[in-house]
Amino acid sequence: MSATSVGIPDVPKPKEEKNYLNNGNTIASWLLTTDHKRIAILYLISVSFFFLVGGTAAGLVRLELTSPRGIFFENETYNKIFSLHGIIMVFFFLIPAIPAVIGNFLVPLMCGARDLAFPRMNLLSWYVFISGGFLAVLAMLLGGVDTGWTFYTPYSSLYSNTQVTLAVFGGFLAGFSSIFTGINFIVTIHKMRAPGLTWFRLPLFLWAQYATSVIIILGTPVIAITLLLLFAERVLKLGVFSPELGGDPVLFQHMFWFYSHPAVYIMILPAMGVTNEIISCFSRRRVFGYSFVAFSSLAIAGLGFLVWGHHMFVSGQSMYQGLVFSIITFLVAVPSAIKIFNWVATMYKGSIRLQTPMWYGMGFIGLFLVGGLTGLFLSSMASDVHLHDTYFVVAHFHYVMVGGTIMGYMGGLHMWWPKMTGRMYPEFLGQLSAMLVFVGFNMTFIPQFIVGYLGMPRRYHYYYLAPEFQVYNIMSTLGTTVLGIGYILPVFYLLWSLKYGRKAGPNPWHAWGLEWTTASPPPTFNFATVPIVTSEAYDYDAVSDEQHDFLREEEDAAKAAEGKE
Amino acid sequence: MASTHVDSTSHHDPEVYHQFETLEQQNDSYIVGMWTFLVTEIMFFGGMFFIYIIYRWSNQDMFYRLHTELSWPLGALNTVILLLSSFTMACAVHHATLKNRKPQQIFMGLTALLASGFLVVKLAFEWYPKWQHGHMPWYWDWPGHVSSPDLLQVPGGTAKMFYSLYFAMTGLHGIHVLIGIICIVILMYLTKIKSILVDSFLPTEMFGLYWHFVDLVWIFLFPLFYLMPK
Repeated sequence: MSATSVGIPDVPKPKEEKNYLNNGNTIASWLLTTDHKRIAILYLISVSFFFLVGGTAAGLVRLELTSPRGIFFENETYNKIFSLHGIIMVFFFLIPAIPAVIGNFLVPLMCGARDLAFPRMNLLSWYVFISGGFLAVLAMLLGGVDTGWTFYTPYSSLYSNTQVTLAVFGGFLAGFSSIFTGINFIVTIHKMRAPGLTWFRLPLFLWAQYATSVIIILGTPVIAITLLLLFAERVLKLGVFSPELGGDPVLFQHMFWFYSHPAVYIMILPAMGVTNEIISCFSRRRVFGYSFVAFSSLAIAGLGFLVWGHHMFVSGQSMYQGLVFSIITFLVAVPSAIKIFNWVATMYKGSIRLQTPMWYGMGFIGLFLVGGLTGLFLSSMASDVHLHDTYFVVAHFHYVMVGGTIMGYMGGLHMWWPKMTGRMYPEFLGQLSAMLVFVGFNMTFIPQFIVGYLGMPRRYHYYYLAPEFQVYNIMSTLGTTVLGIGYILPVFYLLWSLKYGRKAGPNPWHAWGLEWTTASPPPTFNFATVPIVTSEAYDYDAVSDEQHDFLREEEDAAKAAEGKE
Repeated sequence: MASTHVDSTSHHDPEVYHQFETLEQQNDSYIVGMWTFLVTEIMFFGGMFFIYIIYRWSNQDMFYRLHTELSWPLGALNTVILLLSSFTMACAVHHATLKNRKPQQIFMGLTALLASGFLVVKLAFEWYPKWQHGHMPWYWDWPGHVSSPDLLQVPGGTAKMFYSLYFAMTGLHGIHVLIGIICIVILMYLTKIKSILVDSFLPTEMFGLYWHFVDLVWIFLFPLFYLMPK
């Protein structure tokens, strides 16, 4: 009996014989699987690949900006590199990362179901995603795209002679993949909850996934039709957004941001869901104000659809329109703040264990706070005129998208890695990489706030008319290096842990939740018998002091064991 | 415990997929899933309707002149065809719930026939002449051949935008009709070979939902393009 399985007596002992990982070893058993857990692993591998591609492009951009006159690239090449970074990161990493990897793995487990409602559609969504990704990467290889990730018309429809058509179609396909995932989650959460698992006993991660799915269902079709029309303008010579026909390019921006602003919440809400689980588990307390956090997810999803115009304060929309969008944007801060306050209140007087997921969770709170508050600078029209299209905006959305989403993603990956693989990652390296990411991230983007405020525009290649910006850019690039190490490190130690990691046991964190009541890795059909839920969510009070002491002992034992190795 | 997953699914009858507990849960899930999918379809077409509204708002006069180029009798004919097909589909669903296979097949066949009729009218009698007149955006020759001199005053750009919207919206709707025909033919084949997949009425019901939705889109497209008020 391994040291870890003694903890909670009513948990069945882990069985070596059959789990989803060793249930079939052929390539076909992976590529034709309908098991949500295997599809999550497929997604994990794919998004990691896209993260690597997008990250490399980011590195090139940062390297280029260390000199006011540029180092490597022509202007056109630079445009293509940052477009590649944006398109790959947004459509093929940030949007699918948490829903399609962690969500796919956890939604059925947390519901107490054997699989998602539509397993074959789930597999289809991966194939559609991969085809879209293939087209996007192909577009980059065939010469790249220079429109930026936003594909603004008329540049993208009439003037750009780069591979816009392919990339747009890739984005269109990626959209359908997330629609499939969204439908699956909504049906699963509605119809497949275990007996006793009422809506208000759901883990908040599921509330967040539900809100995300609602946004996906309502928003993604709109970007799909917009990209399709852009595609048709290039291929079939249709003229919907062309100003020469009396069409309105700003209409494209409206259509684009109607999806792409809520898409920010597609990225951030699941990360908030992950953070709920982490904060609660590692503070050993139930989430403060459960229903407030749950409904704030839905409120963010709802309000998120009414704020897209704040991307167009300087695009010539009516002032009154801008005013309304500005006010509603301020309103989004309310549910976001509710979440932040509730997390802090959860931690207050909790018995906090500072392990890797918790570092990421707390990092999320800090970085998202900065990202959210700087968003308020941008949502007030007057200051937006000054800050629009500068590095201030770049820093702001990286704080939300990288500091928020990727912190949540990494935290979730570490928290559920033992569940996914049955092995523990090395704790010290995990904490080290979490610190590196946090420090590196701030080193990268704090200088960008400053240089943006001073007036450096985004997407510019040269800034030799303002050489005083160089120092900030070099600071930022240095930070990128630290950040890069922080992201590369987990790749190595997580792969290492697959073979050499300590056996995790069913519930290494002594966490609340149905996913921890089954073996790690879970068997193909998740649960031996359908679980029946009798307690409220995050019932950490029920974890006795005795078990609590045990946790300390176990940690000490683990440290001792690691020291010997 | 090696037989864990066998235990957890052994009580299933073969009609219920492994992830569901009961047939009822499975049926409910499919219906919820289908409606959710239809919501995405509404948003998909909704985006285009929004663009249409914006442009018609600013070009009402020109759009009115341009719409005289479209033949409202043909549009009305297609409306009748689609409404009839919705009726036959509803009958097919009714018979599917009663497992009356023969009338179910007949009504599904009628639906497919009517849907094909719709496409024939659309392509042969509406799109083809426009192609001949040079009014297709990818084969553009304005004014080309127009029926009334009124249209000669319409700027080419506005005309192209109107026809872009017309072809994009009716084209996308046409693709949905085509997908519908393919689905219903597959359904008919599966019913004919008595496949277990269509033993339940549910696939027919779900297709019925889709078909009524496609019909509904046309109910909006017809007045927006063919019946404009001055």
